[in-house]
Amino acid sequence: MAFLSELKQDTQNALKYYRAAYSLVHELRAHETNMLEIKTMAGFINYKICRLCFQHNTPLDAIAQFRKHIDLCKKKIGSAELAFEHSAWMSKQFQSFGELFDEAIKLGLTAIQTQNPGFYYQQAACYSQDRKQMAQQLCQAGTTYPSPDPLDTQSGGLDFYGQRPWRQGHQSIDPTDPEKEKMGILALQIKERDVPHSELIIALLSNAVAQFKKYKCPRMKSHLMVQMGEEYYHAKDYTKALKLLDYVMCDYRTERWWPLLTAILTTALRCAYLMASVKDYIIYCMELLGRASTLKEEQKSRIEKNLFKVLMNKVPEAEAECDPSSVSAARSLWSDRMALSGSNELTVEMQDYIPFIQCKARFQSPSFHVDQPIQLQVFLRADCPHPVSFTKLSVSLSNQEYNQWCVVEPSGPETRTLSPWKPESYSFSFVARTEDVGRKVEITGVEVMLGSDGGRCVFLSWRGAGGDAASTQEALQASRSSRRWGRGAEARQEPDWDGVTLQHSTMIISRVPKISVQLSHQPPALSNEMYRIGLTVQSQEDAVARDVRLTAGLKPGQEAGLGQNTHVTLDGSAVCDDSAPALLTEVPLGDLKPGEQLQTCVFVRCVSTGPRVFLFHVAYSIDTAVEGRRIVCRCHKDETVAVETVVPFDVSVKFVSTKFEPLEQVAVDVPFLLMTDVLSSSPWPLLLSSSQLQLLTVTSNTPQLQSQLQQVVLQTGEGASECFCLRVPPGASSNSTMATGQYILSWRRKCYGSDGPLIQTTVPLPHVVLESVPLYIYADLPSFGRVRESLPVRYHIENRTAQLQEVEIAVDPSDAFMFSGLKQVRLRVLPGTEQALLYNFYPLMAGYQTLPQLSLSLPHCPTASGTALRRFLPQRIFVKPQGRQADDASIAAA
Amino acid sequence: MAVCIAVIAKENYPLYIRSVPSQNELKFHYTVHTSLDVVEEKVSAVGKSIGDQRELYLGLLYPTEDYKVYGYVTNSKVKFVIVVDSSNTSLRDNEIRSMFRKLHNSFTDVMCNPFYNPGDPIQSKAFNGIVSGMMVQTG
Repeated sequence: MAFLSELKQDTQNALKYYRAAYSLVHELRAHETNMLEIKTMAGFINYKICRLCFQHNTPLDAIAQFRKHIDLCKKKIGSAELAFEHSAWMSKQFQSFGELFDEAIKLGLTAIQTQNPGFYYQQAACYSQDRKQMAQQLCQAGTTYPSPDPLDTQSGGLDFYGQRPWRQGHQSIDPTDPEKEKMGILALQIKERDVPHSELIIALLSNAVAQFKKYKCPRMKSHLMVQMGEEYYHAKDYTKALKLLDYVMCDYRTERWWPLLTAILTTALRCAYLMASVKDYIIYCMELLGRASTLKEEQKSRIEKNLFKVLMNKVPEAEAECDPSSVSAARSLWSDRMALSGSNELTVEMQDYIPFIQCKARFQSPSFHVDQPIQLQVFLRADCPHPVSFTKLSVSLSNQEYNQWCVVEPSGPETRTLSPWKPESYSFSFVARTEDVGRKVEITGVEVMLGSDGGRCVFLSWRGAGGDAASTQEALQASRSSRRWGRGAEARQEPDWDGVTLQHSTMIISRVPKISVQLSHQPPALSNEMYRIGLTVQSQEDAVARDVRLTAGLKPGQEAGLGQNTHVTLDGSAVCDDSAPALLTEVPLGDLKPGEQLQTCVFVRCVSTGPRVFLFHVAYSIDTAVEGRRIVCRCHKDETVAVETVVPFDVSVKFVSTKFEPLEQVAVDVPFLLMTDVLSSSPWPLLLSSSQLQLLTVTSNTPQLQSQLQQVVLQTGEGASECFCLRVPPGASSNSTMATGQYILSWRRKCYGSDGPLIQTTVPLPHVVLESVPLYIYADLPSFGRVRESLPVRYHIENRTAQLQEVEIAVDPSDAFMFSGLKQVRLRVLPGTEQALLYNFYPLMAGYQTLPQLSLSLPHCPTASGTALRRFLPQRIFVKPQGRQADDASIAAA
Repeated sequence: MAVCIAVIAKENYPLYIRSVPSQNELKFHYTVHTSLDVVEEKVSAVGKSIGDQRELYLGLLYPTEDYKVYGYVTNSKVKFVIVVDSSNTSLRDNEIRSMFRKLHNSFTDVMCNPFYNPGDPIQSKAFNGIVSGMMVQTG
């Protein structure tokens, strides 16, 4: 009925009917004889139901139905003799459900990690394994196939699926013919024996692996691959088994599940033994003997004996739990292999395994001086139950030339023996080549040779400084515990294995110099000076230091601009120019005998201020002997010195009028004064040798400019001033700014004496703003007056314009003076000429007295006011009291 | 009650694993090891969504035909796995939870031992006792 509705595409109804049919099937009276029939029917119906459920996109219903089905049928094993049939049936159920599930997924159903077809395939495989086991147990009996084949049905087919062929047509429950029954069972058993179980299982497993791969279950996958490997092993396909096992071994090794790894290794070892694969056999032996294996001591010792047998080129003992027939085959394979000569050398890379010999190599120190022998230690420890002896230990280094020193090959027949769990250390020392100074020497590998040339030899090779797949984690653990326990462990006599850390590389550094380099100088440096740094090299060597070379100058790696602002030279007699380099390299200083000393001076010119670091690098070569070998070492000693550069003095310049009033503008063709002030800020006394004015447009008012600073010594904070009288030549355009020139000082440090070069410091003079005056007035008057003595004063009025100028002059009266002359006058000055007015003043009081003021006005030239003109005139004069003749003399003397 | 109890380190190697002695020990090892797949998946999924407010108990990891595997992850990523026989249907989720809590407490005590070096296999007698207690309850 259900089938009918299915045909009618009425799937919902079909499902209902199938469910009803399913419960009906289970209500049938189950008995041993019809069990298979019932199960087959139930299986069919269940398949249908599940398929419909998936079609209806209700996978949970499908899974639930399947679970129910399995739970119901699990216990219905049926006849004990044909239990394998039940397993086969279960397996079939799981497989078909897995396939259904898979199909549904292909049609768009999404599975999750914990619920995917892989599980069903796996379960199917599991039942297949059960089936195989049962079949092996049950199918021993039958030897001959019964002659009248009970499975043959004359009618050419069965009436119902799942019915026993020999029981066709019977409806009663009791077996009709026990004899026939027996024959039938026997026939089935024999048939079962021919089923290729392993292939079935492997197919199922590989299906499951594919599924788990899809659902990101790497560990599940590895587990199944182990099962596959084991199945291949049972199927005697050892190469495939080894390949699979090898593949998953890595995973378990990195996950550090030692018990599982051990189990896999044991299987793999059996495979390798049965294949007589020497290399694999040795590797698995070594790993099973290693510390990661959880095997018992006696098993380990058996494996170790076998390993040594192989190394002696003998046939090893058979592994336990191997099929006796295959063992004998393997034995002959082994003896063939052993008889084969050649290719008895074997190299095994250790870092991928956890072998039974652990190796740790280290240099004694992270760096060695070239005149010291380099010391290298190799620690070996065997983890196996019996002592191991090796024939050769060699270390290869990054520089091949050193390898010859790092080989232990025990002389004579006795071999080095490693006792179980006892670390042994082997030390090497060799002399580094001088060319390798500054380079690193690394351990690239350690090799231990087991066995002998006569038998079979295996090279265990560790990349780098030893260590294998598990040692990094162990080192981490060890460091954790040692941190906790402090350094107490180091006090122990026995070298603590876990405490040995790898030191896989060492630096070769140059020999420690036995010279002293002393610097003498007087900081700070003054900018632009030739700063002298004295250098004394004292030799404490036992031999002659040859070819002493000095590199001096600015230490590299400072501010970028310093290189251009710093100049170094050896010649201190003259100021060096900008072409001198910032770093003098490789200046030869000759040889230096033991105990002698050598002196030299380096001059540094710092243009800019600020801190600098100078480097003095003295290098030399010397002959030494290290362990009987003569080598030439280059040694060097560095000294650095930080020098601050400061400004030696400050120069300030100002323009003042002849009355020492500061000037903002300089009148054309009127004399004015230039004042310079030099203020020393150097901590050391300075000698100012001379000064010089270089004038551009202005001219000196005096015929010759003479420096007033000659050989003047300035202490810190002292100042020196100069004054020059200058005049802007007529014709210069007014209201413009004009460069005036520069001021040059020559100086040196006083302490450097006369041999030090003079340094020229140039100070540019400020620009001046020019103005032109229409009328220039100046007075001729004596430097002082005397009370009640006539004081003649002559005023000159100069017309500097091209027009006639009319000037009104009035003299204001003053209390301190009587005067004679024109009190008020109006006069005309022709262009380019001058007029003179003569007054006779008669001082009445002593001291500084204000002169009677001339008030000027130019009615035709309103731009030039009287006050502007008046600034050219003297304001006051010193009047001496009337005294005797002696006073005169004393004043004149003053 | 439980047929196998395991403590797995942060780096997924076993710190402690014990199973009912009568049965195939290796099989339990494999079961626990494969369950780590699911644990990792769950931990990474939860870590993304909620951050530190994490439920330590992961619940049923996956059912096989014969066993139920439950997982629990501490804040320091140490995993506890308990394998229970499938036929034991009376066991409720709450009971599993309390088992894990007990296990965690005992584990914390082990970690507090100054002589214990984190990362070493657990050899504590007290811890062993607690675990045995959980396994013996099978009765």
